[in-house]
Amino acid sequence: MTIVIKVENLSKEYRLGQISGGTLREDFSRWWARRLGKPDPYLKIGEEDHGNRQGEHIWALRDISFNVEQGKVLGIIGRNGAGKSTLLKILSRITAPSSGQIKVMGRVASLLEVGTGFHPELTGRENIYLNGAILGMAQKEIEHKFDEIVEFSEVPQFIDTPVKRYSSGMYVRLAFAVAAHLEPEILVVDEVLAVGDAEFQRKCLGKMSDVARSGRTVLFVSHNMSAILRLTEETIVLDKGKLMLSAETPRAVDFYMSSGFAQEGERRWLEDEIPTSAAPFRPLALRICDAQGRVIETARSTEPLTIEFTYRLDSPITGLRVGLYLQTSRGEVVFTTFDTDEVSKFETHRLRQNGRYVSRCEIPADFLNEGRYVLGVNASSYRVRRYFQEEQALTFSVDATGAPGSHWPEPRQGPVRPRLNWKISPAAEQPAYGEPLIERTHSGGRTADGD
Amino acid sequence: MTANSDSIEPVPTGSENWSLVIRPQRNLFDLRLGELWKYRDLTGLFVRRDFVSVYKQTILGPLWFLIQPILTTITFTVIFGRIAKMPTDGLPQFLFYMSGTVVWTYFSDCLNKTSNTFITNSQLFGKVYFPRLTVPISILISTLIAFIIQFILFLGFTLFFWLKGADIKPNAWVLFTPVLLVMMAGLGLGCGIIVSSLTTRYRDLRFLVAFGVQLWMFATPIIYPVSSIPEPYQMLIKANPITPIIETFRYAYLGAGTVSIPNLLYSAGFMLVVLTIGILLFNRVEATFMDSI
Repeated sequence: MTIVIKVENLSKEYRLGQISGGTLREDFSRWWARRLGKPDPYLKIGEEDHGNRQGEHIWALRDISFNVEQGKVLGIIGRNGAGKSTLLKILSRITAPSSGQIKVMGRVASLLEVGTGFHPELTGRENIYLNGAILGMAQKEIEHKFDEIVEFSEVPQFIDTPVKRYSSGMYVRLAFAVAAHLEPEILVVDEVLAVGDAEFQRKCLGKMSDVARSGRTVLFVSHNMSAILRLTEETIVLDKGKLMLSAETPRAVDFYMSSGFAQEGERRWLEDEIPTSAAPFRPLALRICDAQGRVIETARSTEPLTIEFTYRLDSPITGLRVGLYLQTSRGEVVFTTFDTDEVSKFETHRLRQNGRYVSRCEIPADFLNEGRYVLGVNASSYRVRRYFQEEQALTFSVDATGAPGSHWPEPRQGPVRPRLNWKISPAAEQPAYGEPLIERTHSGGRTADGD
Repeated sequence: MTANSDSIEPVPTGSENWSLVIRPQRNLFDLRLGELWKYRDLTGLFVRRDFVSVYKQTILGPLWFLIQPILTTITFTVIFGRIAKMPTDGLPQFLFYMSGTVVWTYFSDCLNKTSNTFITNSQLFGKVYFPRLTVPISILISTLIAFIIQFILFLGFTLFFWLKGADIKPNAWVLFTPVLLVMMAGLGLGCGIIVSSLTTRYRDLRFLVAFGVQLWMFATPIIYPVSSIPEPYQMLIKANPITPIIETFRYAYLGAGTVSIPNLLYSAGFMLVVLTIGILLFNRVEATFMDSI
């Protein structure tokens, strides 16, 4: 197999001072201080090194090497800030690496750039040409594919209308149509699949598999483990700028879901892990406990388990709701719940004063199936502000010993394994098919009309 | 698929068929002008976009290209000609001011618009790669179109005054106009991209530029002829690389003022230096400016 992307010892360093943007005066005082042998006047006092940060420098990527073969779909996973986007930015030449190199064979295009360069005053037609050229298509190539693009976009009747009159859905469809017809040798996809309706997403994923099937290469960045498992064969795991693992997708996903953030059923937040935007909300710890209150890593499906989220408010918050997301390790959401879901609770806790709180909920026995689960947390005031969110705060396992049906040693599908109240009894003689059923439907319809 | 990649022999390092190698900071002089040529369609579309979007949803549309120089010229004629009674080398005041305004506007528009390249396009540059120089170059071209419209207007007025018997003597230097334009464009582009490269780091410069260009105009013989300047200031005016261009332009079409080959060569040299510095700086900033915006 031909290698089409060769990443060699790639590193990218950001200077924190650069990110915040400097002024001439600041640089001048820095230079002056250096000349006089004084310390940098803009360095924060007491700055420490943690993890990938060193003084004023931060390594977004550090010494990454891997190869991608032609026709492969490579998944890239990692937490926020792991370096996924930086890697894609370097690959699509938006920014240059600090050291190392990437060798590429063929044209690289990314779905990052859907709709970039669209000008609201120009018509759909004009924008197709402009956007196509920005993405690197020659005028001839666009002319050749024009009809196909228009058809794919599903907006043929508005093609000569300025795009500022388009609905956002139409806009995205047109933009995607152009990007999808770029036919690059290497396609980079970064969670843009989140835009558009389900039908449209299906189309996008379809286009992506077409690209892969036609012998071209795809890099797919996602937080959605089920999409990664479905679409990719190999996956790399990034964490804090380092390449942790490069393996077949199931192994990589398992590694990612079960390491890094899982700390024996408990997740504690250190001061520097919390974005400043979270204030005045400050998460402290998230725990999984058994019925006796012990922190556990593996829960039994036949026993209830308690989820405890401890946090502190540095000033009072009105309308706060603290929520949990439970996901399977494949990324399917099992449920979302908030501590003030009950109207009465919402009213009694309308205003939470500063101080420490624990929001605790119990997951009943005989609810979860066996497997690994990921717990996310969220703290927000509905439609006002989201203070804090971490989608993969903690992972834990559920063991199904003694669960309904466990006398048959077969895996049960689905994230829940309820103990349902089955009744088996001899049935009465069957009435004739049809009539009673139709009558029931009719009466149901009538009541609905009456309402 | 090329024959090379099908060969069974181990590929020696260095002879691999990579179409692109992404490395840290490129060689300072690796300008990749070939790539710029590959993206010429894009440059053309940018020109079209700039031109079309400017007058969409305006009542007068492209007429604005004509109204601006006329109004400026009238203002200058009234204030500097009638009220301040500044000399115009014996030329009709209207034509004198208009020749200066039209040429100066081309230069200052080039400078002002290109100096914002990185700031106004940061959204675009942050998402997709294409040679960044296509943007300033498309600005030069769309500004040139505006200039040509205004230039035709100027020719019309010149013809009108000539028919009325005004003392104007167009001469063979007219043929030199394209060279003057290239020098203007080069100076505007050079200064503009130097500023745009520096503004990625120092936002202060943006304010300085708008203001500086205005001051620069007063140091250029737009509202006065060089001959009217007292000796000690002549040096200053002549050190300004735009001066010979304006003087030559006026001499060519109106027949007043002076043309000096050494001064023109000075402007050309100045332009080449500024343009080279600009392109090198731009090329350097282009690779990593997304980290600082």
